[in-house]
Formats: sequence, C-alpha cells, structure tokens
Amino acid sequence: MTTVATFKIEHTQYLDASGKPTAKKMPKWAKDADTLKALYRSMARIRQLDTKAYALQRTGKMGTYPAATGQEAIGVGFGSALTADDVLCPYYRGQASMIEHGVTMEEILLYWGGDERGSDFKNAKQDFPIAVPIATQCLHATGVATAMKLRGEKRCVATEIGEGGTSEGDFYEALNVAGIWNLGVMFIINNNQWAISVPSSIQTACETYAQKAIAAGIEAVQVDGNDIIAVREAALNAAEKARNGGGATLIECVSLRLCDHTTADDARRYRPENELDSGWKNEPIIRLRKYMESLGIWDEQQEETMMAEVVAEVQTAVDNYLATPADSPEAMFDYLYEELPSRTQEQREYAINNKVVGGHH
Amino acid sequence: MPAITLIEAVNMALAHELKHNKDVVALGEDVGANGGVFRATDGLQKQFGEERVIDTPLAESMIAGLSIGMASQGMRPVAEMQFMGFIFPAADQIICHMARMRHRTRGRLTLPLVIRAPYGGGIHAPEHHSESTEAIFAHIPGLKVVIPSNPSRAYGLLLAAIRDPDPVIFLEPKRVYRIVKHEVEDNGEEYPIGCCFVDREGTDITLISWGAMLHETHMAAAKLAEKGISAEVIDVATVSPLDIDTILESVEKTGRVVIVQEAPKAGSLGSEIAAEIAEKRVFSLLAPIGRVSGYDTVMPYYRLEKQYMPTVDRIMEEALKTVEYK
Repeated sequence: MTTVATFKIEHTQYLDASGKPTAKKMPKWAKDADTLKALYRSMARIRQLDTKAYALQRTGKMGTYPAATGQEAIGVGFGSALTADDVLCPYYRGQASMIEHGVTMEEILLYWGGDERGSDFKNAKQDFPIAVPIATQCLHATGVATAMKLRGEKRCVATEIGEGGTSEGDFYEALNVAGIWNLGVMFIINNNQWAISVPSSIQTACETYAQKAIAAGIEAVQVDGNDIIAVREAALNAAEKARNGGGATLIECVSLRLCDHTTADDARRYRPENELDSGWKNEPIIRLRKYMESLGIWDEQQEETMMAEVVAEVQTAVDNYLATPADSPEAMFDYLYEELPSRTQEQREYAINNKVVGGHH
Repeated sequence: MPAITLIEAVNMALAHELKHNKDVVALGEDVGANGGVFRATDGLQKQFGEERVIDTPLAESMIAGLSIGMASQGMRPVAEMQFMGFIFPAADQIICHMARMRHRTRGRLTLPLVIRAPYGGGIHAPEHHSESTEAIFAHIPGLKVVIPSNPSRAYGLLLAAIRDPDPVIFLEPKRVYRIVKHEVEDNGEEYPIGCCFVDREGTDITLISWGAMLHETHMAAAKLAEKGISAEVIDVATVSPLDIDTILESVEKTGRVVIVQEAPKAGSLGSEIAAEIAEKRVFSLLAPIGRVSGYDTVMPYYRLEKQYMPTVDRIMEEALKTVEYK
C-alpha cells in the first residue's frame, strides 16, 4: 500500500482572547494605527447596527433580521481586504462585509425592512444582493470569477457562507469548479458553531470545515474568526492570489454566534447554558481594543468619542430608513423584465387602481 | 441554400452568435469535443476555442449558478442542460435567482442568458428523458419560456433568446430534431419572442399547439381539410409570456378551439390558454374548448409512450367532436 495523497489544515491566530500577540511576527499592517482604528470602528458599528435592528424588529418597525453578534471580525476582516473592483456575493448574515464593500447601512435596513430597493446598491454596483437560499451565492461567485478570467481581469470575488451551508450541494459544486478552472474566488466560512439549532456535531464528521476544500484541490486554511488580524491577513493573501491568477482559497473562520439565529429564533431552547459566558470572553471587539491599548494607540477618551459617533451614524441610517415610504404598487411589475408583457401590463394597471390604502408596513 | 434539421438550426444560431458577439459563450456537459449528446454544439469548440465553448463539470445547479454569475458581468452564456429531466437540481438557481435578479435589484443586475434543454417524449429514451415540464417554468414570473417547432423557428428564436436582455428557457422538442428539414439562410434574422405564429389559416376551428406536437396537429389539419373542414393552426412558440391576443383573434374567427399538448393536462399551458379564452371570449365560442394532452400520470417508460402521447387520431376525434357540436 502506498499513500497517494496527504493533507493538513493549519490554524492561524495572531491575537489571543486578551489581545496579546501569539504569533512571532505580526503582519505589517497590524501595526498601523489608522488601519486598526478603522477596523475597530467598523466592528463597533456593526455591533451597534445589529443592536438597533433588533430593537426595530422587536418594536414592529422591521421584519426578521439576522444579527452577526460575535462574528464581526469575519465580515469586517475579509470585507476590508477587497478593493472596489472586486465583487462580493454575500449571504444573509453578510452585513459586515457588505458595508465594508460600500453598501450603506440604510440599504441593509431597507432590505430587511421588506423593500427590494435595499438591494439596489448605490456604491457596490456589481455586487450580488443577499442570497437567502443557502449556498447558492457560492456558484454566483464562480460565475463572476469565470467572466473575469475569460476577460483577463485582475479582480477577485469573495463569497461568505455559514458552516451549516457547507452541507449543501451548491457549496461543493462551487468549490469543485473553482478548483478545476482555477477561479479567483475567496470562499469564507463563517463557522459560528450553529446552523439555527444544529451544532457542528450533527453537521459534519470532519475535524474542520476547511478541509472540505481539499477534495476540490483548493488551498484551505483555518483562522481564529474572533481575531480580525488573522481573518484579514488570510483574506488579503487570498485576494491577492486570486487577482493574480493563483486560483481560489477557502478560509474557515472559527467564531461563535453570540446572538440568536435571527430575530425569529430563541437560542435558549437549544444552547448549552454556559456557552455564552465563555463565548463573550472570546469575542472579537474587546480583543482588538486591548491590543490597541497595549500599543498605546487607544484610550477611554477615544473610545467614548468613537462610540458617540458610531451611535449617531447608525441612528441617521435608522432615521432615513424609517422615513422611506413603501414603493408604489407598480414597482412589483416595473423590474420584472426589460419590457413588461402586455398581459402583465393589464395586471399592473389593475394593481394601481386597486391600491390597498395602508397596505404596507 | 441547403435544407437543415432543427438540431442543425440550433447549431447554426449558436455559431452565428458566437461569431458576432464576443460576450456569447456556450457551456454545458459534453458540449465541447463531443459537440453535445444530440450534436447541438457540433464543431463549435473547434471553431471558437475552449474559452467560448466550455465543457463543464457534471453538475446542473453549478451550470445555472455559474451562468448567473457570468451574465451579471455582462456575458451572454448559453447553457445546455443535457436533458430537461435533469434540470431540477438547477431549479433553485433558475427559480430563486435567475427569474428574480432584475426585480430584486431594481434593474441593477440583469441576466441575459439562455438555458437550452431537449425535452419531450417519443425517442425510446431512458427514464427521466421524456417528460414535458414546460408549465413548471412558464409559471415562474421573470422567465421567458420558448419552444421552437421547426428548423426556421429554432434558428430565429434561438438568436432572439441569446440577444434577449432577460433569461430565456429554450426547450427543444427532441423528437423532431431531425424529422423535418427547412431551407434556412444564416442571415442573423430573429423570430420575435412573445408571439404566436399562425402556421395555417382556417375558418372552422382553431388548433393550438407547440413543440413536437405541432407536427401531429398539422397532420390532423390536413386530414380535416380532406373532410372539407378548414382548420387554423397556431404555433404558440413562446409559452411564457403568452401571446393570448393572437389566440383570441383566431377564436373570434372560428368559434371552436382544440388545444394539443404532450404535457399532462392538469395545471398545464393548455389549462391557462383555455382559461384565458373562457375569461375573454366565452361568447365567441360555438362549442366547449377541447383539449388533447398527455395523461395526468407519470410519463411512461418507452414501451408505453405511444399510448401516452397524443396521436393524429386523438386530435381528429376531438376536432370533429368540436366542429360538430351544436
């Protein structure tokens, strides 16, 4: 018997839970005060946005919303590794990376407030809207990357998926084709340990989710998903590799969902009692704050000033969202095809004439 | 000008668009060196290269999802599903994304792509190779579903489908891939999508069909003529969005209608056409609307498929009953 293939998965961490460096050498950018402060602010802003969104849902001012509490380092980390020329194919818990790539908080709120206009991004013009059907976004990313490759463009595509989503066929099909065609895709797994109520022990028999890429011939790494330096460094490398024709990378980011699956879920029904206690000790925002304090670039005064600004910024987005009236009934028809068929035009007129007064939220 | 078959017309239209639009690519399982299992893409990879005529891994959802991504970047992928019976792994991508992308992004992202698939029975094929499930996709807003019935229309409608700004499901009636030849000039002229075609003018009864069944329908019309009955024959061609106006005009003229389809009867395109006629021209009707269809059962394996599919005799019987109704 001979061994015909072997593989290993490496786990990377730069900062431990207390913000102390654990790696011998930090990335150069991880010593730059402005970069660190910007990442910190982005994470704090997502935490605040999620908090406000929850409050909006609980008071009947918004629909179902999936927070990313505890996973802010993942979206901010890889989202900030993208350039404006790159394309993002997000999943439903993707608000952090979307905002990093230019989507506005108002658009995020509008979307979860039941309004398709939230997916008509002002800035991220080529980015996909949030994919709700699980894992489907992975294939869109491979298609975008195929177009880039055929046209010889030095751009990359990023897509994010929950660890539960990696059980879907579309995930494997996307990895497979990305491997064969050497596509410039960065696959990010947000391993927050829970797929609604299903833990990893029921989701996979693998030691890691990263190794699922091995069977597709794709480079795979695992990083501490609560360590934004580890997430961002892996993403920067993967993006650069993708843009230069080096093909796809899978990055598994290990974190923990510190919130419910969505506002429609109650994790107390299934989560072990003490999980959150240890979870909050590992969360990513404090970790980066402590690291910045140890570098002498952050203090209580700066924290207070930044938080006040972030709270105001989120509040402005909330106010704008709440001040946006629902679209008129004809909007149901006006973007169906480039040209609406005559039969459907009749229905459009009918819908306008039968407009339900107060028929929207 | 040589006469060509429907499958050759598909090949000619693909070659025409590959030649004239650099954004067009053909992709699918076995479309490259093999030229497709029915030879729809025969010789195209040799002519246009591996980057324009792309052999994909074997995964239908991947083919559809990948096409969505490519189209979002302004390419015009023409993807082949090897048989319509294998389209269902891709249904999630087609229904949940392809059909909705323009709508849900308010026109920011559009998907000018085509999904081609051979469909229908009558070629002694394995199981899952013979169904007529066009109504499933015709039911989905945001898609266009086009079915050519002959070589000329296959050429013109496929050109139109590839040039269309929205996703088109292009279903090829494989039973008639090679039974009729037309002289088709490779002139790049389209047939319009969203139009029925009046194939034969008549005054006594309107026979409505699409795809392969149009051939039996034409045979029935010829037999009716021998009996002194003048049948109008309509090729629906685009089953979604349906051009109901052409159908209603014909109903006003003849007052008698028989719809012929290979698909099961319940919840079908025939149901929709009958309902539209009933809603809008019931007082033009001189007889109940007749339907000749496949049965509401599983498409049988091939030893029984002739029992299932509408025959000229069944169409004749229904047409005569409708014409003689008083």
